[in-house]
Amino acid sequence: MTGIAPAVSPEAAPPARTGRHPWLSVLWSTARTPRGAAGLTMALLVVLVAVIGPAVSPHSPNDLATLTFAKPSGQFPLGGDFLGRDVLSRVLNGGWLLLLMAVAATAIGIAAGAAAGMTAAYLPGPPDGIIMRTVDVILAFPQLVFALLLLSLLGPKLWLIVLAVGLSHAPAVARVIRSATLDIAERDYVKVAELQGMRPAKVMTKEILPNLISPLMVEAGLRLTYSIVIIAGLAFLGFGQPPPTANWGTMINENRIGLQLNPWAVIAPAVLIALLTIGTNTFTDAVARVTIGVDRRPEEAALLDDLGPEQA
Amino acid sequence: MATASVPALPAVSGREAHPILDLVGRRAAIGIVTLFVVSAVVFLATQVLPGNAALAVLGRGANPARLRATELQLHLNRGLFDQYWIWLSGLFTGKLGTSLANGQPVWGLIEPRLINSAVLVIATGVIGTVIGVALGAIAALRKDGWFDHVTSVAALAVTSLPEFVVAIGLIILFSTVVLHLLPAVSLLPPGTYAWSQPELLVLPVATLVIVIVPYIFRMMRAAMIEALESDYVEMARLKGVPEWRIVLTHALPNAMAPTIQVIGLNFLYLAGGVVLVEYVFNYPGIGQGLVFAVENRDIPVIQFIVVTLAAFYVCVNIASDVVALLATPRRRIPR
Repeated sequence: MTGIAPAVSPEAAPPARTGRHPWLSVLWSTARTPRGAAGLTMALLVVLVAVIGPAVSPHSPNDLATLTFAKPSGQFPLGGDFLGRDVLSRVLNGGWLLLLMAVAATAIGIAAGAAAGMTAAYLPGPPDGIIMRTVDVILAFPQLVFALLLLSLLGPKLWLIVLAVGLSHAPAVARVIRSATLDIAERDYVKVAELQGMRPAKVMTKEILPNLISPLMVEAGLRLTYSIVIIAGLAFLGFGQPPPTANWGTMINENRIGLQLNPWAVIAPAVLIALLTIGTNTFTDAVARVTIGVDRRPEEAALLDDLGPEQA
Repeated sequence: MATASVPALPAVSGREAHPILDLVGRRAAIGIVTLFVVSAVVFLATQVLPGNAALAVLGRGANPARLRATELQLHLNRGLFDQYWIWLSGLFTGKLGTSLANGQPVWGLIEPRLINSAVLVIATGVIGTVIGVALGAIAALRKDGWFDHVTSVAALAVTSLPEFVVAIGLIILFSTVVLHLLPAVSLLPPGTYAWSQPELLVLPVATLVIVIVPYIFRMMRAAMIEALESDYVEMARLKGVPEWRIVLTHALPNAMAPTIQVIGLNFLYLAGGVVLVEYVFNYPGIGQGLVFAVENRDIPVIQFIVVTLAAFYVCVNIASDVVALLATPRRRIPR
């Protein structure tokens, strides 16, 4: 085998720039690779549109300012939507909440998954079995189906969407963090801390967690991309903000009947969502290359290690 | 369910059980337990958590007589365990109750959808696997060439695209704005199946293929590069085995094992992926059925579709483990 580092190897982290947080130095090194820079540029462009958009939007996003599916004109550069509202203004207003929800869902998923994975790996006995069986059960629901199930029970509330998407990330994160923790728990500095009588909870937060930065960053990037995909998808299906509010996912669905008349009402939000997910995913890929140092993602490396020719 | 119902073989005393039978048995046992828990979770969640399910269905301000009737229909007057038992045994005997939205039997509503979705998933899986494996193998053989660079960057970009964005892109290109080659919606007359109008399948299948191919491609490429750099390929080269034989009989079989797991993961993805794609194209499968049922709070239909998808998930998991094991030559022999 061509010197594949194990899926997680803290030593492979880039040389820390003195005085910086390790995760900042990973971000910095990643942003300077061509792939990282390309991903970051795409994602930041969309973030800029979403954040500054509401301040610069030329019309109110909910005013019936022009004609139904009006063609683009000087006053309405992207034309009108299915009710005759200004598409440009709706595009500029329809992104920030999607971004906010995706970030929140990712944070929930990473926090819950990391806590569960570390606990399962580090604490001996029943917690491991209980946590991993729970993980198996949640993994038996496709993420979108899990979210739809919760929404069907409690109604389409925004906090519930965030919670459902976050929780549906947790099992996959827990699996990755569990195997990383198993590896780190065997290291000398952890043993030393244990011998000094450090309590398990403190060993986990002070000794193990700082060494999980690389897998956590890659997981966070992946889950952010998936959060955007799922939350925008739910909005597309009609489970998002209630109607008058602008939302990129909802816009694609409500304006697709008018594709022949004004395709921009669909193309603009679709391109923004695509640019955002391609950007976050490309940047995550670059983070994986910087921290793990191979041309593949942790989950792929794990499969190769598992079945590769070396392990006879 | 066929895979899951294989009984776990007791280990023969005195010698090791065959590793494959052992694995199938163990995974099937875990799978059955998982499914059992899943069914209980789905049941409890849908029937109990939101307070009164009948009220959830009819909405606030429902008149008391209808409320009572719906409660009876959902067996809400019985004990919790009885309710679960009625529902669970119904899953096996086909007595799934009636849809709350239109009063028709759930099985009659779902069966044609199930078949249509199966057609979609199987067509996508076969086409996507062939394309992904072929592209991955070619990229690995031409590592660092232009084909490798172009396909790798394209795969990275496409991997992250939401399926409904891909679907809309295809509709814009092939059926509305640019060209008018294919139907933008896959409406089927009631009582007919997808294969009666194959042209309706083209865009939904193409969308899902575009979404799954990058994963299969990436894995195949990585595994193939690894196999080509291995000692046994080196050995074969030194023995003077022709290159095409090295690729086909030495590298490819070894690269397939991890790829099969990724193909399995993509079938799992399809269980969720069909939801959005069927909705976009108005394709009458269970994904679209689930969206409609969630909109209407049609609890018996939601319960059945979710459990069916979970069962599919568990079975594919077991199957991909077993096939990957069978595809790993050195693991076939009992140790």
